[in-house]
Amino acid sequence: MAYKIVGSQCTGCSACEPECPNVAIFEKNGVFYIKPEKCTECLGHFDEAQCVAACPVDNTCIIDTAYPRYQAA
Amino acid sequence: MASASENITQSTSPSLSRLKPLIGIKVEVTGQPESSGCETTGGEGKASCGTSDGPEDMSPEVWEKVKNHPCYSEEAHHHYARMHVAVAPACNIQCNYCNRKYDCSNESRPGVVSQKLTPEQAVKKVIAVASEIPQMTVLGIAGPGDALASPQKTFETFRMLQEQAPDIKLCLSTNGLMLPEYVDEICKYNIDHVTITINMIDAEVGEKIYPWIFYNHKRYYGREAAQILTDRQMQGLEMLTARGVLTKVNSVLIPGVNDKHLYEVNRAVKSRGAFLHNIMPLISEAEHGTVYGLTGQRGPSAQELKDVQDACMGGANLMRHCRQCRADAVGLLGEDRSDEFTLDQIEQMDVVYDLEKRRAYQEGVEAERQAQQSAKHDALATVTADADDSMKVMVAVATTGGGKVNEHFGHATEFQIYEITSSSTTFVGHRRVDLYCQGGFGEDEQLPSIVNAINDCHAVLVAKIGACPRDELLAAGIEPVDAYAHEFIEKAALTWFADYRARVAKGEITHVARGDAAIRQGAFMAA
Repeated sequence: MAYKIVGSQCTGCSACEPECPNVAIFEKNGVFYIKPEKCTECLGHFDEAQCVAACPVDNTCIIDTAYPRYQAA
Repeated sequence: MASASENITQSTSPSLSRLKPLIGIKVEVTGQPESSGCETTGGEGKASCGTSDGPEDMSPEVWEKVKNHPCYSEEAHHHYARMHVAVAPACNIQCNYCNRKYDCSNESRPGVVSQKLTPEQAVKKVIAVASEIPQMTVLGIAGPGDALASPQKTFETFRMLQEQAPDIKLCLSTNGLMLPEYVDEICKYNIDHVTITINMIDAEVGEKIYPWIFYNHKRYYGREAAQILTDRQMQGLEMLTARGVLTKVNSVLIPGVNDKHLYEVNRAVKSRGAFLHNIMPLISEAEHGTVYGLTGQRGPSAQELKDVQDACMGGANLMRHCRQCRADAVGLLGEDRSDEFTLDQIEQMDVVYDLEKRRAYQEGVEAERQAQQSAKHDALATVTADADDSMKVMVAVATTGGGKVNEHFGHATEFQIYEITSSSTTFVGHRRVDLYCQGGFGEDEQLPSIVNAINDCHAVLVAKIGACPRDELLAAGIEPVDAYAHEFIEKAALTWFADYRARVAKGEITHVARGDAAIRQGAFMAA
């Protein structure tokens, strides 16, 4: 699985964007998105998902169940 | 206390006489020899005797840096304008008085979102505004998040501005978490003023204000988070002081949380070199959706704010003229012209940045300012002080600037509050109100809120006032006074107070203590 950003809750503050170790986060029309194919859930990089930890609105960066859990190579 | 005379105690050196306007603005009419002028009440935050912590009067070098800065010099803000550009939307800490869906609610229009700008757009806007408003001398980056949580955007803006508008002073505002990392960058772009928001120096207090911080790729909670934050703030402040960068400290007064503690904060930041301390009231309303708003944490009353500010006198210099402006504010303090400079509008402006024109304009402002100062000095020299007595009252003043009583009651969007004794006037702060005389509707509903805002005052000095509000103010026990229209404020206040005391002495009126006043909470839209 990858993380996704709940668009209706995103404040567009950009706090998450520079924290992502995979450069998977991008902005479109003032709201941020995560490219699921790039997201590694921060496994191998950090103890906690950086977008989740940096986001000022609770439950806005969440696991996207549409994708299988990321498996470290 | 020594007997009073007609002397006006000014700064000893004529060249430093302009130091007066900074905060407090206390004008003493007293014959007390300066060598014994040790009482803290005479110091309005800059007691001439100093404390064990060292000398506190501002040095000429510091004054040179701040005299044209509206946020640092109470008097300068009538002459010079500042603007903020909202290039830094991200933040790295959570405060209980903040809801990140909006801008910080501790400002003039809580619940309003600033227009976010890229560094390029911001620079364009600054150049457009500086060309249109030649007295705009200061550009600040204050968010809407934390200036140092988006360091690339912040410093890129500063870099371009230094190239394109080298006469504009740059400053930034931060929570301090990342400050130690960026002190070198701050010095590189010649940023000579930094504001740090410091609400506590004790993690036990801090955990009630900050639920979490994001630091070194990790979220920290509670007391641990507060400890890291305060350590970093103190370290950053010390580093800035060591590099000669002027640092102001903002503190939000949260009753029951840090009201008693702010005295310790004041002493701690002073000992680390902060040159100014700005204690602001918490703005808290349920509709802002902040933790404090939702839990019913209230803001302080006017008296509670004044008590804390008074208790902190003698420590770091206190600032009392802050208007808690927005992260994208444009113009003089207390007025917001940001609506005139939206992105669409600046795109269409044909802008030529004329350094020479700006310099000439500012020289004119400076001449006018000097003239005002000396006129005020002359006017005060004619005021005589009576025998010393302990009576002390507060008055509200309607002014459009120039240090004079020159605003119509109904046109005032804010009142300046002065505390007066028989021989001195001390600037206490501003009270914002909605326009009473707006024309159209709702006028009658506005008056009670104005009365609430100045309810601790015995009188309101105005240039003019209508019959209806006059009667209502009298009924509320506040004397409307238009006899001193267009006089200098200090002179008007002292003369009125002498007359007031004479009437009390003759038994015409009875002196009664006033109650407390309310600090405006809701969104201020009249700017």
